[in-house]
Amino acid sequence: MLDFIPSLPIASWVDDAVKWVTNTFEFFFDPVKDNFGWLLDISAEYLSMIPPVIVILLVAVLAFFMSGKKLGLAVFSIIGLLFIENQELWSELMYTFTLVLYSSLLAVVIGIPVGILMSKSNTAESIIRPILDFMQTMPAFVYLIPAVAFFGIGMVPGVFASFIFATPPVVRFTNLGIRQVSTELVEASDAFGATGQQKLFKVELPMAKPTIMAGVNQTIMLSLSMVVIASMIGASGLGRDVLSALQRAEAGAGFVAGFAIVILAIIIDRLTQNFNKSNQ
Amino acid sequence: MPVIEVDNLSKIFGKRSKEALSLLDEGLSKDEILKKTGCTVGVNRAKFQVEAGEVFVIMGLSGSGKSTLVRLLNRLINPTAGDVYVHDDNLSTMNKEELRRVRREKMSMVFQKFGLFPFRTVLENTVFGMEVQGMDKEEREKKATEALELVGLGSFIHQYPSQLSGGMQQRVGLARALANDPEILLMDEAFSALDPLIRKDMQDELMDLQEKMQKTIIFITHDLDEALRIGDRIALMKDGSIVQIGTPEEILMNPANDYVEKFVEDVDRSKVLTAENIMLRPETVDFDKHGPRVALERMREQGLSSIYVIDRTRQLKGYVNANDVLEARNNQITSLKEIIRDDMPTVEKETPIQEIFDVIHDSPVPVAVTEEGKLRGIIIKGTLIAALANVNGNGVEDNA
Repeated sequence: MLDFIPSLPIASWVDDAVKWVTNTFEFFFDPVKDNFGWLLDISAEYLSMIPPVIVILLVAVLAFFMSGKKLGLAVFSIIGLLFIENQELWSELMYTFTLVLYSSLLAVVIGIPVGILMSKSNTAESIIRPILDFMQTMPAFVYLIPAVAFFGIGMVPGVFASFIFATPPVVRFTNLGIRQVSTELVEASDAFGATGQQKLFKVELPMAKPTIMAGVNQTIMLSLSMVVIASMIGASGLGRDVLSALQRAEAGAGFVAGFAIVILAIIIDRLTQNFNKSNQ
Repeated sequence: MPVIEVDNLSKIFGKRSKEALSLLDEGLSKDEILKKTGCTVGVNRAKFQVEAGEVFVIMGLSGSGKSTLVRLLNRLINPTAGDVYVHDDNLSTMNKEELRRVRREKMSMVFQKFGLFPFRTVLENTVFGMEVQGMDKEEREKKATEALELVGLGSFIHQYPSQLSGGMQQRVGLARALANDPEILLMDEAFSALDPLIRKDMQDELMDLQEKMQKTIIFITHDLDEALRIGDRIALMKDGSIVQIGTPEEILMNPANDYVEKFVEDVDRSKVLTAENIMLRPETVDFDKHGPRVALERMREQGLSSIYVIDRTRQLKGYVNANDVLEARNNQITSLKEIIRDDMPTVEKETPIQEIFDVIHDSPVPVAVTEEGKLRGIIIKGTLIAALANVNGNGVEDNA
């Protein structure tokens, strides 16, 4: 019945668009690929050079003090990290950590200002919200393709893909946190003659901080969940071990690498949650 | 020369406000305008002047536009039409920069739910206004400390708001508003969130402060008693319009129209004629913690012949009288539980006062006012009679 509308060549339009962007912005993508790629590699290399014992101790001490001098998380960190070292996955762990670190940093540095913008303008909110929905629901594999076109294969497109997937929560939570600040406090700050900037930094951000930190926590967890997918385009780390176990149907190796990711996730999650609590 | 002059000030909420405004000028009512344009009339052509050092109360029921009106005075809400003059400066035509200067230097505001920043200490809250002006740290903390001492919070400056009671929190709100010595104080239902006894204390304290400071105060309230206590003049609002402005005496004696008359009657009757409104703060001992010695000491301090006994959740348990306590102490009895009596007259806090007469006249102890079994206050014969005299004195018929 709808035959009179010819099938629209959307797919080829998108192909053309990706090609055009790749060629036109080569001058931007290439240096990013080289320099950022170098930074990621060097960071992971340096982290791997630190003896595991020292890293484990540092994490344990950090866990002990951040969780209010309780032993639970510290003990868990020691056992978990020793397990990873024992399974000879240490340098993979460092690569995964680097990937998570940089993609979360990027997400937070860009996401919080975008969230602030969104909270201040209803127009901005109505434009940004569907973009965030798109970023979160579009299957991750789909944007691996342009990521490779832009940045080649390796860690950089991995960070890019993680960034796309992990940024929405921190943007949303920042927006929510600022919008939730009670009218009376906003009025109080206005009534005493605060400028917009003073209001933001002296009232709104401090009030929204717990919510924003919850968003940061979610962002870190999501970028961690991307490590396996990122390994499909050549990002090193624990994800690659999971992927190769999958390809060779090695249940045991897959379990070990997957378990290492879980351990890392729990440690990072509890640490960032405590960071939130200790600052309230 | 008035400090604040409000002329033809209107606020209409909604998209078609211009259209609604012209309908308003044609004399249509709030309901008709809502039906025709979907716009809500917040404030309808308000007009008044406030003189220096005056306490000007704006009173109305909820939805009468009083909170909107006070926010138009410092432009937290932008007016749809009309002018607000502070001395000779027209706030309505000011740009952001000029407006900010007026808010920083001339007027400050006290909020119903206190509006304190929970992550700042009492001192940090109090310096806020001066901090945003860029006053240096030492000077602003000195001024803030003075303001806090003025409201009796000198020793709480490093606490957080959540550590203070409601009354104390509102003192911080008051100190914050006073710290920079503004000319005008806007108080939006400042005491409405406090319980009745604390509210009365705060009203008295505000009057004491006002005697010293002579600020120009705009005070918003829905409580006629409060308006009568503190107002030099009262403006009564209904549906966004000011229906009468006058001294408390004028409002009570010559209500401008049926609405005012009804308002004055209704509010007065319901306010005056319940136990809650005339009760006094009770002296108590807690029988979980206190023994005969503490009870005796308290009675001596306050000159009482009996004292009410509660448990640690403020549940009323009874009373003890001085003779029993003295005897108990001499006999080395350590618990009040053995000498407690429970034949005291008790009323709920909503009890009308004519019913209190029946229980108070032959009672040896004051009447206990309770709420869900918890002791809230006491009533003695003197206050009951004074309350009745007051009702008659106000010219309101006494149907008690």
